[in-house]
Amino acid sequence: MANRVIAWIDRRFPFSSFIKHELTEYPTPRNLSYWWNFGFLAGFMLVLQIASGVFLAMHYKPDIRLAFDSVQYIMREVNYGWLLRDLHAVGASAFFIVIYIHMARTLYYGSYRAPRELLWWSGQILLLLLMATAFMGYLLPWGQMSYWGAQVITSLFRATPWVGDELVMWLRGDYVVSDATLNRFFALHYLVPFLIAGMVFIHLVALHAVKSSNPSGINLADKDNIPFHPYFTSKDFYGLGVFLMVFCAFVFFAPEFFIATNNNVPADPLRTPPHIEPEWYFLPFYAILRAIPDTLGGVAAMAMSILVFAVMPYLDRSRLPGGARYRPFYRLLFYVFIVDVAVLSYVGTYPPTPILVSVGRVATFVYFTLFLLLPFVSKKEEAWLRARGLPPELEALLAGENDKTGGGK
Amino acid sequence: MQTGRSRSKGISKMTERDKVDPERRDFLINTTAILGAVGAAGACWPFISSMNPTSAVKSEAVTEVGLQGIAPGAVHTVAWRGEPVFIFHRNQDEIAAMEQSNGGKDPQPDAARVKHADWLVVVGICTHLGCVPNKTGQGWLCPCHGSIYDNSGRVLSGPAPRNLAVPPYSFVADDKIVIG
Repeated sequence: MANRVIAWIDRRFPFSSFIKHELTEYPTPRNLSYWWNFGFLAGFMLVLQIASGVFLAMHYKPDIRLAFDSVQYIMREVNYGWLLRDLHAVGASAFFIVIYIHMARTLYYGSYRAPRELLWWSGQILLLLLMATAFMGYLLPWGQMSYWGAQVITSLFRATPWVGDELVMWLRGDYVVSDATLNRFFALHYLVPFLIAGMVFIHLVALHAVKSSNPSGINLADKDNIPFHPYFTSKDFYGLGVFLMVFCAFVFFAPEFFIATNNNVPADPLRTPPHIEPEWYFLPFYAILRAIPDTLGGVAAMAMSILVFAVMPYLDRSRLPGGARYRPFYRLLFYVFIVDVAVLSYVGTYPPTPILVSVGRVATFVYFTLFLLLPFVSKKEEAWLRARGLPPELEALLAGENDKTGGGK
Repeated sequence: MQTGRSRSKGISKMTERDKVDPERRDFLINTTAILGAVGAAGACWPFISSMNPTSAVKSEAVTEVGLQGIAPGAVHTVAWRGEPVFIFHRNQDEIAAMEQSNGGKDPQPDAARVKHADWLVVVGICTHLGCVPNKTGQGWLCPCHGSIYDNSGRVLSGPAPRNLAVPPYSFVADDKIVIG
């Protein structure tokens, strides 16, 4: 019966061939490590966030007189409301952890390089959409941190030349963050995840055109690819199980871990809390914003700190395949970058004391310098490595690649 | 495309009418595209405009404040257009100190910022990114990014580019002001 139904569909819609081509028989490099698990985990988080979010929206009220209490109502009265809310709130942080690891893997293994530029850029757009969604969602509980976070971030647009004030008023629909702002943020917070889902589709189309990168960094011969199913479906689901253990530990035992204490106080437009800080996933960028002693400069630096990833395919001028594994200087830059981001996060957490401001400025300088150094470092590194003789395994891989192209494949 | 008339002649022959004129065709395509784009952009306007403050929000822009209860040294905060406005009753030392300085990054004499030297009325929104500064002995300190203002609301240090704004207001009596 099932076969007949599928056959009926297949005559009218390429169902079986699509599944076969894009999922079960989709050729995947056999040497993928667990670092290649995080794309799947990001997809899982998107589904979980949309699902929990849709059910939360059935009880939430986007009105400044009701919003804060409706979240408390969800937590206390709605059946399993606490679970939906904690899944969604912890889920936001988990989503960013997964995405940042996914990006770090791309940087470490050089997966952004040709021919994967469009794949990388569609991911960059996904990051910006995710940040916008997270930012707007954070206003909805209407706590003090929600309110002042939104107030500060919408004020960033005041730095726009000429039309800054009008633009900020347009974004808020009022002179300050208000009921109009809450309502539209709710509407957009519901909308953008579906744009993300559409963009994920484009991301996957790009992925399936160029196929997955792999730790060796070269395009593997056909014999080195294995079907996605069952090898990587099982690997991805195993990774999901491990991830869910950690995720559920937070959801059930430390749901408040990622929630600022101040956000348990209803928003007060006349009083800023003595210390405000953004959610942890915005801290490095927030520290960069604070490091520049000029509003427009700070906003520009913050925007650049995210957009600069887009030019990675052009900044990295090394022609050697593979990521940091075969490239000692690139590896050094990578680890300095990771440490620098950690320092910026630390600086962003605390009130701006003179010492921390100086540390933040140095870390901001290092952040951009790493990107600016990359073209020279990668060029010199390649020359140095070639002069020194490449590691035998890399020589072998390179030779294999030359054979393949020479073989007219 | 053949008209019935040309078909009746048996052999279709391109007449002057049927000939494609590429320039004419480009002109038509371009003008249609431009008109369509302008129309689409115009159709976006109602949606964009709907996000602006409504006239009801704009019309709530007048706040009346009695000053009698505000002791010297105290700051009273009122809401004007939803924004906090600081009404600071300054003492003689503070006035004297403020009249001697010109502020910092955005120099301005104290006299240009007050209507009556005892009363400083400023919008309590940091000109950097919109937080509400907290009162200190020397003036105000913004908790968000550390901008420091003096007792005339003038920025002394930090990322804020301008002094705290002075809202439009007037004394309608000795102990009453109207903001807006």
